[in-house]
Amino acid sequence: MVAGGPLLAQLARVRAGCALSLHGVGLSIGGSEPLDTLHLQRLAQLQERWQPRWFSEHLAWSSHGGNCFNDLLPLPYDDASLARVCRHIEQLQDHLRRRVLLENPATYLQFEQSTWSEAAFLSTVVQRTGCGLLLDVSNAFVSAVNHGSDAAAFIAALPAEAIEEIHLAGFAEDQDAAAARLLIDTHGAPVHTDVWQLYAHTLQWLGPRPTLIERDNNVPAFDALLAEAALARAHLQACGPAPAA
Amino acid sequence: MNADPHDLLGAFAQALRNPTLPAPPGLRCWNGSDPAHRLAVHRNTMLLSLTRALGETFPVLQRALGADGFAALARAFIAVHPPRSPVLAAYGDELPAFLAAAPAAARRPWLPDLARLEQLRVLACNAADALPLPDETIPAQLAQPAALPGARLRLHPSLAVCSSEHAVVSLWLAWQDGEGNAALSTAGEAAVVLRDGDDVLVLKVPAHAASCVQALAAGATLELAAQAAATVATTTDAAPGAQHWTLADTLALLIRHHAIVGWQPGAVPA
Repeated sequence: MVAGGPLLAQLARVRAGCALSLHGVGLSIGGSEPLDTLHLQRLAQLQERWQPRWFSEHLAWSSHGGNCFNDLLPLPYDDASLARVCRHIEQLQDHLRRRVLLENPATYLQFEQSTWSEAAFLSTVVQRTGCGLLLDVSNAFVSAVNHGSDAAAFIAALPAEAIEEIHLAGFAEDQDAAAARLLIDTHGAPVHTDVWQLYAHTLQWLGPRPTLIERDNNVPAFDALLAEAALARAHLQACGPAPAA
Repeated sequence: MNADPHDLLGAFAQALRNPTLPAPPGLRCWNGSDPAHRLAVHRNTMLLSLTRALGETFPVLQRALGADGFAALARAFIAVHPPRSPVLAAYGDELPAFLAAAPAAARRPWLPDLARLEQLRVLACNAADALPLPDETIPAQLAQPAALPGARLRLHPSLAVCSSEHAVVSLWLAWQDGEGNAALSTAGEAAVVLRDGDDVLVLKVPAHAASCVQALAAGATLELAAQAAATVATTTDAAPGAQHWTLADTLALLIRHHAIVGWQPGAVPA
């Protein structure tokens, strides 16, 4: 979202050889306020210029009262939130004239007023808006550990045919106030062995899906990133042929 | 009946911005632990990610203040100027002015201008693209001396001028490959900041050349830009060689770095 210069030139070089997946972090789809129409316009311009094959955003909020927090924040899973998220997704899909993908968040907190499980909430959004899902397997793992639940059961409860992309990432280990394990989604470490296992398990159920390893902190030598990408590729090849595009 | 989610997220947002506030009501942890601890993860992520964003825009300032000093400045800045746009590329616009009023600047008054220089570099990096004039155009214009005084140039969108009462250009340069320990003059300095190809350049120029470029960028004719330079030259500039710097040198600098993207010849007197 800059006017010109080397960042766009690099993206143009990538675009010349690859399909793009645009991944938004700033629309605040899960927020309680109307969507930022200026940001919607920016996204439409970006799409117009780069013609991405996929466009995704998060089930989270990141701005409120005119301030932006640059973090993906949790929302209550109740009927009012569900109606609002569906409205926002429909607005986004209408504006971009395309199907978008919604990513499951990594969360640390839950709300007393939540009446839906996250999987049921996401499935209902898919059903009502026709959007797809971006399954972040690491987020599923992080949230399950942080809320004492089962990541594999969460994934199994999602509509498989809606999942068009997968994300993997590393996390940091912490403890909560009761000394329970608390995982923090930092994108700053290699993908954890348990997440690789969950990924393999997910692919067996789902078949291959385009997969991105997110790493934006403590970025290691390029060889280490290539080795992780090769591991993901091996998992993808082990689970059968890619679905027809 | 559901609680108003606007209030719920509003209270969450307030608690996020103000670490002295307790966790808002309505939060739950599966094991009954105190939600405040987990809320702190979000506070920390917000602070660290915004501090990192500022550090990417102001790397020399970060080195000059040290990691802790910069983190303290960033924390104070974020509290007063949280991002108002989800696009972070321009976040930190107000930092140089904020820094001017901060205690660090009382001891090192050159810090705000150093920050301004770094900010201009980021703006130059992300400014719109523009094609330089074809090679043959400028010599053709220069070959019509009668049209030169009234000529106006369009300069590359990335170009900006940084003028300071302090030696911030030398200081910035010294931090590029050392610890910023160069013996600094007490005289003011100026630089033209622009993007040439994919590279962002900081070109140290005499103060009157900076005024000349500034005037050209604002749409002045070559004649008026040269006059703007002359005013400065006679008053403040004491840099060695500065007095020999001419309008031709300024034009040569702009041509060399592909900074002239339009040339409107002046009217030729009948």
